[in-house]
Amino acid sequence: MTNASPDTLTGMPRVEVAGRPEALAKWARHAEALVIPGGALLAGLAVFSVFLQVLGKSPLAFFQAIYLGGLGSAFSLDNALTHASPLLLTALCVALPARLGLVIIGGEGALVLGGLAAASVALPLQGQPYLIVLCAMAAAGVLAGGLWIGMVGALRYYRGVNETIASLLMAYIGIALMNQLIEGPLRDPASLNKPSTYPIGQAYRIASIPGTQVHWGLVVGILACLCSWVLMERTTWGFAARVAGGNVRAAQIQGLPVGKLIMAFTFIAGACAGLAGMIEVAAVQGNANASLASGYGYTGILVAFLARQNPLAIIPVAFMLGAIDASGSLLQRHMGLPDATVEVLQGILFITILFSDTFYGRIKWLNPDLWARAQP
Amino acid sequence: MMQIQQLQRALALETIGMSKNFGALQALADVSIKVAPGSFHALLGENGAGKSTLVKCIMGFYVPTSGAILLDGIEADLGTPARAAALGLGMVYQHFTLVPSLTGAENLVISRADVGAIIDWREETRRLDAFMATMPFEVPLNVPTGQLAAGQKQKLEILKQLYLGRRLLILDEPTSVLTPDEARSVLGLLRQMTRMGDLTVLMISHKFHEVTAFADEVSVLRKGSFVGSGRTAALTPAQMAAMMIGDARLAVMDHRASVAAGAEPALLVQGVTAPDKTGLKTISIAHVAVKPGEIVGIAGIAGNGQKEFLEILAGQREMSSGSICVHGAAYHATRLEARQRHVRFIPEEPLHNACAPKMTVAENLALRIFDTNAKGEKRVWLNQTRLTSHARRLVEDFNVKTTSLASPINTLSGGNVQRATLARELTGEVDLLIVANPCFGLDFSAVAEIRARIMAARNAGTAVLLVSEDLDELFELSDRILVMSGGEIVFETPIAAADVATIGAHMAGHH
Repeated sequence: MTNASPDTLTGMPRVEVAGRPEALAKWARHAEALVIPGGALLAGLAVFSVFLQVLGKSPLAFFQAIYLGGLGSAFSLDNALTHASPLLLTALCVALPARLGLVIIGGEGALVLGGLAAASVALPLQGQPYLIVLCAMAAAGVLAGGLWIGMVGALRYYRGVNETIASLLMAYIGIALMNQLIEGPLRDPASLNKPSTYPIGQAYRIASIPGTQVHWGLVVGILACLCSWVLMERTTWGFAARVAGGNVRAAQIQGLPVGKLIMAFTFIAGACAGLAGMIEVAAVQGNANASLASGYGYTGILVAFLARQNPLAIIPVAFMLGAIDASGSLLQRHMGLPDATVEVLQGILFITILFSDTFYGRIKWLNPDLWARAQP
Repeated sequence: MMQIQQLQRALALETIGMSKNFGALQALADVSIKVAPGSFHALLGENGAGKSTLVKCIMGFYVPTSGAILLDGIEADLGTPARAAALGLGMVYQHFTLVPSLTGAENLVISRADVGAIIDWREETRRLDAFMATMPFEVPLNVPTGQLAAGQKQKLEILKQLYLGRRLLILDEPTSVLTPDEARSVLGLLRQMTRMGDLTVLMISHKFHEVTAFADEVSVLRKGSFVGSGRTAALTPAQMAAMMIGDARLAVMDHRASVAAGAEPALLVQGVTAPDKTGLKTISIAHVAVKPGEIVGIAGIAGNGQKEFLEILAGQREMSSGSICVHGAAYHATRLEARQRHVRFIPEEPLHNACAPKMTVAENLALRIFDTNAKGEKRVWLNQTRLTSHARRLVEDFNVKTTSLASPINTLSGGNVQRATLARELTGEVDLLIVANPCFGLDFSAVAEIRARIMAARNAGTAVLLVSEDLDELFELSDRILVMSGGEIVFETPIAAADVATIGAHMAGHH
């Protein structure tokens, strides 16, 4: 597309699109993916400010508190990053199937079961070398999460069951399963107020990145996002998945293995969420308990949609929502706002982001395909 | 003279300087047409010429940017569809608007605007009978309309408009779902009613033979502007076509090369049966063979199993029994088999069935080759450079007009999407091409070009199976025509002996 020879097909020099430089067209296409979600974000914050005004609180103070709680100090930055770490992975659980045209919102279930599986595997391996136990835990988390969401993919492909409803309902089952097991067969009798599994042992915990309070799970999450991007954009499998997501009839007529793609990508998606559960157990909780189901799976949906299902964009978005999450307690203390205020903010953002989807391709200066139609 | 004017029910319609802009796009520019009362007027034009926009302005669906409409010489305010209906304007669409589970009588009565919450059926039936007695034709009113044949449904649609007291009917390609016989019968009736002065008809059509046979006058639009009108008796189809396309040059089709007589069939379908989409009926294809260098056309009215047959050939519908062979070996339409045996499939409406609409032109052009290298070996990493150069070559070879290779393919016009799809499927070695309604909804120049491409592929030795609802297309391209009806091949004829009437009768199931 950078060739400057005359273009026989449109009669225009190839470096131009509708009389403007091709580079500008390319830039416009990229800018669209930033401007529209950015605008939606601002609109959402504006709506939320009105909500705060109605409550008699100052929006300015609110955003200041979020800044302090999420970014203001080394401590709050660490806190925000710690919150962002599972979001990177649960967002992938939404974003990867979304490129295949599947709306999966049950990452919470895969996360919880991944954490539970990891904790269960650690117990019989006590005394084994650190790396072996860690790998076994990761494998257990990946497998549990992958099979759980893979099941949703199988229901979708073989039985035509709606994957959105199935994944959501299976998340409830997954959480109930965990509660059942940690209050029953897997319960550590020493955990009195908060039913938990036996601790995996201090020796097998995931450490912090040197010089910070953030565990290595953050790096794992970022790597997973990078790998997912390469998978989607640079491999033929990702291309085939995007074709199937773009139009499943076209994919079938081309003989692409739609069933296999659905199974593989739902498995990978679930595996990401399961890995997030394993990391929560190994780095934060130290055992599997009800705190695993604290909403990372659901916030991940918001992250994925804000990032427009782009694995690279998930990284900054997860950090932003991690910061909002992290500042929840500060809001409570400083402004007398309930914890749920953060959820109201997230809900409003979600609605504005979904609404902003209708603007793609319609804003003229961001869409080179409309430039040519300028002259009547 | 005055007396006659008052007795005449048919409305006169005139548009004066109608313009309609959609943002920067001018869909209609200063169009003035005149439809005499009691005339059968045809509105001709290519896709995108502004016919639908004009008609929607008349029917009150659009508010014109400027211009006026005169009914019987008086300026009428047709701001809303309800106003237009109240003034006696009615519209019949290409597809049916009847409720299939209700009877004809029920459909007629509920379509009235003044029908109350409680319907006195005895009274309504009495009034319907009285109304039917004044009509020149009959349609069974006591059967659910879903059970009627297409021609009868279309007659019922017209009956509905008359029952509602409409005096000017606009018909949007009313015969596209009818057999030639049904089309003649429906249009004949309309013509008869215009002759009696009960009705004025304005018909949008693509089919010159219909226009010549039934319309009194014709108006032609091109690119949103009025280019001329005249009495059909004074115009030849060639003159009308020239008005429609202006000075655009059409692609010239190759002469038909002769088929090698003894060649083994490239495609052989034997004894294939499968349930149709409702699961209630069976598709049963006893024998279809297509030789290299031959176009076999399959005619039939939509919904007679062609779609299912194509799905079977594309490997998307399981067969209950039978076999499909390509070059003598069983064929299951997998990606590998299609690649190795050079089988290509172009479904109808390619944007919806053969492209990923939001992916780019370059990506869509790569659907067949993205997972291999130049030697045809499987690859894991996507080769962007190869994709782009492949796309650029195809776009140039097939003259696809696009703003850039990075544009989403759904920003292209229908003709260019079809060109892009043909480019993708006809590049390289093609032994068997299966193609459905390739020219549906395209303009003249695109149609001529695409048919020429298919003919060129045939002459280069490709076996072509062409499934089409357009008889003209089948006659133009096919070497043999098969007719499909009720899920079976019911008739076969070489093109030299093909006769529209016989084919039409078989399409309608009279065999």
